[in-house]
Amino acid sequence: MVLALASVVALILLSIFVVIFFESRESISRYGLNFLITSAWNPVTDEYGAFTAIYGTLLTSFASLLIAVPLGVGTAIFITEDFVNKKIRNFISVMVELLAAIPSVVLGLWAIFILEPFLRPIFQLIHKFLGWIPFFSTSPIGPGIAPAIIILVVMILPIITSISKDSLNQVPQRLRQASYGIGATRWTTIFNVIIPAAISGITGGVLLALGRAMGETMAVTMIIGNSNSFSWSIFSPGYTISAMLANQFGEADGTQVSSLMYAALILMILSLLVNIFAQWAVKKLSLKY
Amino acid sequence: MLHNKDKIKNNQSTNNCISFENVSIKYGNSVAIRNVFCDIPRSNVTSFIGPSGCGKSTALRAINRMNDLIDGCQLLGRVFFEGIDLYSVDIDPVEVRRKIGMVFQQPNPFPKSIYENIAFGARINGYKGNMDDLVESSLRKAAVWEECKDKLNESGYSLSGGQQQRLCIARTIAIQPEVILMDEPCSALDPISTLKIEETIHELKKNFTIIIVTHNMQQALRVSDYTAFYNAESTQESNSGKVGYLVEFDKTNKIFNSPKQQATQDYISGKFG
Amino acid sequence: MGCKETKSKVLDMYNNHSLIVNPNSKRNLLEKIFTLLSIICAIVAIIPLMLVISFVLIKGGSYISLDLLILEPEPPGDDLLSAGGIGPAIVGTLIMSLIAAIISIPIGVGGGIFLSEFSKNGNFAKFIRFGTNVLAGVPSIIAGVFIYAIIVSTKIIFGSMFSAIAGGMALSILMLPTIIKTTDEGLKLVPDDLRKGALGVGASKFTMITNITLPIAFRSISTGVVLGIARAAGETAPLIFTALFSRYYITGLEDLFYEMSSLSVLIYNFALEPYEAQNQLAWSASFVLIIILLGMNILSRWITSSTTEKNF
Repeated sequence: MVLALASVVALILLSIFVVIFFESRESISRYGLNFLITSAWNPVTDEYGAFTAIYGTLLTSFASLLIAVPLGVGTAIFITEDFVNKKIRNFISVMVELLAAIPSVVLGLWAIFILEPFLRPIFQLIHKFLGWIPFFSTSPIGPGIAPAIIILVVMILPIITSISKDSLNQVPQRLRQASYGIGATRWTTIFNVIIPAAISGITGGVLLALGRAMGETMAVTMIIGNSNSFSWSIFSPGYTISAMLANQFGEADGTQVSSLMYAALILMILSLLVNIFAQWAVKKLSLKY
Repeated sequence: MLHNKDKIKNNQSTNNCISFENVSIKYGNSVAIRNVFCDIPRSNVTSFIGPSGCGKSTALRAINRMNDLIDGCQLLGRVFFEGIDLYSVDIDPVEVRRKIGMVFQQPNPFPKSIYENIAFGARINGYKGNMDDLVESSLRKAAVWEECKDKLNESGYSLSGGQQQRLCIARTIAIQPEVILMDEPCSALDPISTLKIEETIHELKKNFTIIIVTHNMQQALRVSDYTAFYNAESTQESNSGKVGYLVEFDKTNKIFNSPKQQATQDYISGKFG
Repeated sequence: MGCKETKSKVLDMYNNHSLIVNPNSKRNLLEKIFTLLSIICAIVAIIPLMLVISFVLIKGGSYISLDLLILEPEPPGDDLLSAGGIGPAIVGTLIMSLIAAIISIPIGVGGGIFLSEFSKNGNFAKFIRFGTNVLAGVPSIIAGVFIYAIIVSTKIIFGSMFSAIAGGMALSILMLPTIIKTTDEGLKLVPDDLRKGALGVGASKFTMITNITLPIAFRSISTGVVLGIARAAGETAPLIFTALFSRYYITGLEDLFYEMSSLSVLIYNFALEPYEAQNQLAWSASFVLIIILLGMNILSRWITSSTTEKNF
């Protein structure tokens, strides 16, 4: 009985794959791997390519990781070290965890009406001075990839912080003593002993966050601008796979549905790879102590 | 070292390396040990013995300011090292620990290779010499070179418990401290490893002042030149139970053969503890 | 042995520092800089929460009224007074979370019992644990796509397409891993002695689980359930093309087979409307949604903290 219930998990997972693969067959046989490298998205002429969305997914998730990892690990160190008294540290810890409880759609609302208007002048400044770099080459006009990256940072920060915090807390006190005992300073100890000992957990958290960032839908859909025309600039509107699904699925039919399913399959495979890699990395990197 | 004359005790000419001057240590509101006066001589092995809960480890950890890491731990009185007050505000605890090394109760190698376990401490302390030589000589002095020489790149945790502890001793020797503190270094080890560590201690006392906490009186007798006996007593002022204090400090053979205090006599003859 | 010479020779290789602290040494400055950086990280990390919460409280909370909580939303238009309310969305969120809970609690708790009581470390259990982790990492929109493909587009449930049932099913996929994991971990914490004791006095395995282990693990399982429901209640992506949206209250059980609104989809739809009245409704809905979710979070924290009081 309970065995059957446990198998439901495997069954769901399997059928998600089978169903999505089955539904995307038409598109796969029609466009093949060209789907991955073209940017056309035209229901009238039935031409579909998901390059812009794939690029957007990868760009937004990795860029947000780049910002959120130092921020999250830094916060985790602050919480686990005794710079200030325990009450303040617990307060910060709870605050960050509550941030994870804010629904994506509320963050999206906030991003549209508060965050993006606030960031626009800053982005304009960056564009003005660094506009010669392709990534900053267009003038920010509203929704776009850059604010999507920032809102993703907000969304994955709690994951990275709380998992890093747990892994840092698990490093045995005797390793810290060993390091202090040979005349290491606090930060020498943190960088050379504590973080290496916790690195498997931290990496797991980071990869988990990467998976979340790739699949994150609502906030990104609301702020990324939803445009399938490709641009290098992070100030121009873009797309992610999940945003594309959220936007078009309701009204799509025929080859478009199949193409969206194809895109969903790619997203599924990406997040599966990140997930498996995460579980592998945690095992591989864990030090014996 | 000399630009702070007022901190320097006047009897510098004596042979004392560490001096406790009316030291009391508190954890929050409970007193762990009180009013310790004790002068520990240079280039000798001194052991701290006493029943559990008498504060001997706390006293040991006060010497290299390891107690700083414990929340709410507070020290009253003064601890001198070569005439310098270690708890004066302008003392850098990191430098103190560099000069007064420590070996812990549980072997605690870093989760790094054997080589790195030794090189790490040397490097962060700005060692400029040949690292391979230092690793070899430190491991030799800790009498663990033979076991390690073929697997310097393996994790420190691939060694047995006794070997790990000697690796930790080698790690401490490598940074060339003046004093080595050992906090029950053999309590987690088997008798053969214990014997090897004791032999190592004998070798090391030529170069280092060693202070060792042990719950094993035979070990104190075997390795140490001086012995400090601590005891604990219940007092009403500390509601959380016992307060440790120093009963007697003398040459080891005097402590064991003709102690001045009855409590010492009782303890070494096994009446309590 | 010449140890004295070797010692002093090695000692020469070190810079001989004094014990006196030098606040301007490179080392001490670096220490301060890193500490400062870490403090800045912590401050930056809590700023978003502060800002989001305060904007939702101010912009959303200021228009909360009884009418707003119970009225049906009117068609979009630029008139704040006749925009209506978010009543059906509140009810819809509760109903679909309930449907999701009804589906996933038995499966999740059952699966968790299997993992910890029947197949502790077998290969199949490892596989299921792995699958649970993978399922937890499946993007929520994929759950929507999946339910769309097997329920909505096939009209398999009495010919209805977009429905509350479909929405609840999509949400249940997201709740499932949380419930399995917390059940599994909650049961693992039950000491083995109690199990042996129960089996030793002749209890069957079924009796042991229902009378001994489940009651002890009850609190941690309920924490998981509450957190799972909280996650489902805040989700939008799985609903936007399974339950879709509706402006009307549910009037009977048969309405479960039709489109249903939810707070999260209402926020999404109305945030993108060009009218200020609808935007305002979106803020108010956010306020209500956040109050519900924070309440659930506090509830789960309270359950966990009251567990620790009862040591066994």
